[in-house]
Amino acid sequence: MPGLLSIDALLIAACCWLAIGLAGLLAPRNFFFISKTLFPLGALVGVLVGLLALASLGQRPEVAVLAIGLPDLPFHLRLDKLNAIFALLLGFASVGISVFAAGYFRKGEGAAPGLLCFWYHLFLASMLMVLLADDAYAFMVAWEGMAMSSYFLVTTDHQHAEIRRAGYLYLLVAHLGAIAILLSFGVMTSGSGDYSFAGMRAQHLSPMWASVAFLLALLGFGAKAGLVPVHVWLPEAHPAAPSPVSAMMSGVMLKTAIYGLLRVSFDLVGSPLWWWGVVAMSVGLVTALFGVLYSTVQSDMKRLLAYSSIENIGLIVVGIGLTLIFHSYHMETLAALSLTAVFFHCLSHASFKSLLFLTTGSVLHATKERSLGRLGGLIHRMPWVAWLALFGVVASAGLPPLSGFVSEWLLLQAFLFSPGLPHPWLNMLVPVAAAVVALVAALAGFTMVKFHGIIFLGQMREENLKDAHDAGPWEKFGLVWLALLGLFMGIFPSTVIAVIDGATRQLLGTGLAEQVREHGWWMLAPISPERASYQPLILLIIITAAVLLGRQLVHRLYHGRLRRSPAWDCGYFFQSSRAQDTAEGFSQPIRRIFEPLFRMRRHFPTIRDEKPYYSVEVEDPFWHWLYLPVARLTQAISLLIARLQGGRIAVYLLYSFLTLILLLLVARP
Amino acid sequence: MISISGLIGQLFAIVLGLVLAPLLSGWVGMCRAWFQNRSAPPLFQPYYTLHKLFRKDVVLAHGASSLFRTAPFVIFGCMLAASAIIPSLSTDLPLAPAADTIALVGVFGLARIFISLAAMDVGTSFGTLGARREMLIGFLAEPALLMVIFTTALISQSTSLTTIVETLAHRDFVIYPSLAFAGIAFTFVSFAENARVPVDNPATHLELTMIHEAMILEYSGRHLALIEWAASLKLYAYSCLGLALFFPWGVAGSDNFIGLVAAIPVLLLKLGIGGVLLAGIETVNAKMRIFRAPEFLGTAFLLAVLGLLVRLLLETRV
Repeated sequence: MPGLLSIDALLIAACCWLAIGLAGLLAPRNFFFISKTLFPLGALVGVLVGLLALASLGQRPEVAVLAIGLPDLPFHLRLDKLNAIFALLLGFASVGISVFAAGYFRKGEGAAPGLLCFWYHLFLASMLMVLLADDAYAFMVAWEGMAMSSYFLVTTDHQHAEIRRAGYLYLLVAHLGAIAILLSFGVMTSGSGDYSFAGMRAQHLSPMWASVAFLLALLGFGAKAGLVPVHVWLPEAHPAAPSPVSAMMSGVMLKTAIYGLLRVSFDLVGSPLWWWGVVAMSVGLVTALFGVLYSTVQSDMKRLLAYSSIENIGLIVVGIGLTLIFHSYHMETLAALSLTAVFFHCLSHASFKSLLFLTTGSVLHATKERSLGRLGGLIHRMPWVAWLALFGVVASAGLPPLSGFVSEWLLLQAFLFSPGLPHPWLNMLVPVAAAVVALVAALAGFTMVKFHGIIFLGQMREENLKDAHDAGPWEKFGLVWLALLGLFMGIFPSTVIAVIDGATRQLLGTGLAEQVREHGWWMLAPISPERASYQPLILLIIITAAVLLGRQLVHRLYHGRLRRSPAWDCGYFFQSSRAQDTAEGFSQPIRRIFEPLFRMRRHFPTIRDEKPYYSVEVEDPFWHWLYLPVARLTQAISLLIARLQGGRIAVYLLYSFLTLILLLLVARP
Repeated sequence: MISISGLIGQLFAIVLGLVLAPLLSGWVGMCRAWFQNRSAPPLFQPYYTLHKLFRKDVVLAHGASSLFRTAPFVIFGCMLAASAIIPSLSTDLPLAPAADTIALVGVFGLARIFISLAAMDVGTSFGTLGARREMLIGFLAEPALLMVIFTTALISQSTSLTTIVETLAHRDFVIYPSLAFAGIAFTFVSFAENARVPVDNPATHLELTMIHEAMILEYSGRHLALIEWAASLKLYAYSCLGLALFFPWGVAGSDNFIGLVAAIPVLLLKLGIGGVLLAGIETVNAKMRIFRAPEFLGTAFLLAVLGLLVRLLLETRV
């Protein structure tokens, strides 16, 4: 577009989102107007944002200055390839989620629809502003706007005490993170008072201060992304929020934190040190393993997905750590390989996790039930949702031919190249890390089978599930859109890598696209086809051909006869839905094998019980290890300080008098 | 580029896989019967069984969904793709670049997810029990298998199977200690993955012990035939993978038609010996409790990681 820069167009898009939100406030109770006009409009803006970001990937960085903000401190904005990738993610993921939301929000549920619409679109606009911000001030304003709007979205159903509690926890951790980010920016200005990102780039920090800035950023952005041990808000906030909001938070908002981490560690702080990579990788590994283990044992479907998001964020941070290690040793090709894996996983997680959260929304609407133990057999009533969820499940389990596998494959390839590192200690660490990544990927498969199998397959565990209905057309469109995004990324990884290439090139000076393009669009061979290659399209064609041909041949050569009968089940005739595994039963092997890692409260029946029952409750151990002690300490200190407040006026006068004396003593001219 | 001999070799590999896989299962069953002093079923018994099953009607449980009916074909397709990619006869396979070893593990994983989901579909107690156990074995075996592959990939500087076979077959004969570790780990893993004796028993229908059989209880007719065939294909694919990684000699190179023909008896010999060993190990071992399986596979995982570390620390100059 001549005359109109992409960044201006993106700003207009952000304003459109804001305007749509405000329009919702005009008629907060007009349900039809809001759900069938405003949310689809928001989705259209999402398409626009995605396309603009895609177009801007081929252009030079653009800057803009908005004359709002403090005196002498206007908003600086910048659109380069790094944030274009994330804007692309935001735009395309929000399309599916907004369209789904158009069909999702119902009359008479939770807050007024207009209010929801306002916060939702403010959330979108502030995420876009977070990405575009080019100075610390604009960044923090947008960041806080994002935290606040998502807080109000999480507490939509604020009538329930536990939802208010979840929202409070979310706000608390968000602000803990915001303080760390602010401090990190402060360190990076190194006293020059120039809060623009360009100013920070120009500073040359000593290694110690650079490390402080990096660690603060890791803590701050980690609190938003859900890194252990500041992950505790995620499993509380995601189940509390309405499903499109959970999808948006998990699929997109967590990625803004990843964006921030990448921005600080590769762009602003200067050249990274090798041990930052080790720290990031260790934190990522712990997060990934913790997330996947806890996601296997959850009984609430949205909580299960929340822990699975923690796992995926962990894997992304492992990739960032590996990139930092390679980058600090100037092995840029390998750094590009693992950074590509990072970007790819961000994009792929945005599609499949949003998809899975949205399917839980459909299930929740159809059954009013979130607990896995009361679901089952929904594939008969909701075939669309069940089959579309399977896309998310296969992608999330990291299996070909969908998108989750590609990023895992790239990450493992990057690990395989690591023996070239000139540091013997790192050489030892890296295979162990690769082993943990492999374990995490395999456990993710377990979790996903549990998720899909218990919700959609088997017999219905409760009577009322018979009345479940499939998703409506709006919801179906949203789900199909996200499933197709995942499928596209899985089958044409080279095309996606060509898009990512600009961002890796910007951060590291080199990318993978040239090598990948050399071998054709159907082939993914990041270094050379002799070393490693993956052709998902061919693989899909082989499997599909085998399926179709096999079916045809069997039907031609033999027959296609079929009759129905009751299930055999080894001849047991007492078959009820209670005989199936419960959610707890399915994950029992995990609890048993990894018993020391879980904090469980169990009740076992004894033979003398009149009404025997079994119960198990798995708690997040970080509450007991970290949060409760800190809370107790804070309380104790507060109590000590509260002693000052005796309630007698004579004592207060004494305080004033003593203070005066002290000041006279100290502040002598 | 794709050559005529490559195409022929590829076609050969697929057909041979389809034909040989049930034969291998039959051979193992026969050896097992001999070792256990029973009279053996005929070598071609698996073909008779497949033919019988294909002819029979499918009896579908009332609660079975479309996923249940799709899964056998998908599993069969995955296993066929796997056996088409693994270089059993020659390394000149046009389809081989479609998936390297890591992707191959992914293909096995896809099949596992489908069979587990299908097992949960009817909603019987045994089905979910089998699915849970299968996923348990799966998540323990998969990382071990990946670590084995990492070790061989580090030696040959490649994860592409054809390159691995070419480098390992044409090197000077050097004994890599890391490969020994990896080989033992791979053996452990393939016993678990193919539902063989120390972990599972393919011949059992005893409720408490079955894993694979529990999952396919509700299948019948052509669906069951496909799953049985896919199970033999999996055994065949794992055997060929093991041969490719640890005994790659005799596999023909590119553009070598005589080598391709000569590779057939070599492959038959290697598979025959492998089958005898498999039956022998199955005979002298007892099936272990399900909760011993994590220890068994944990050992495999540790051995594989050890192999990797040995490779990195001791053999970097080899």
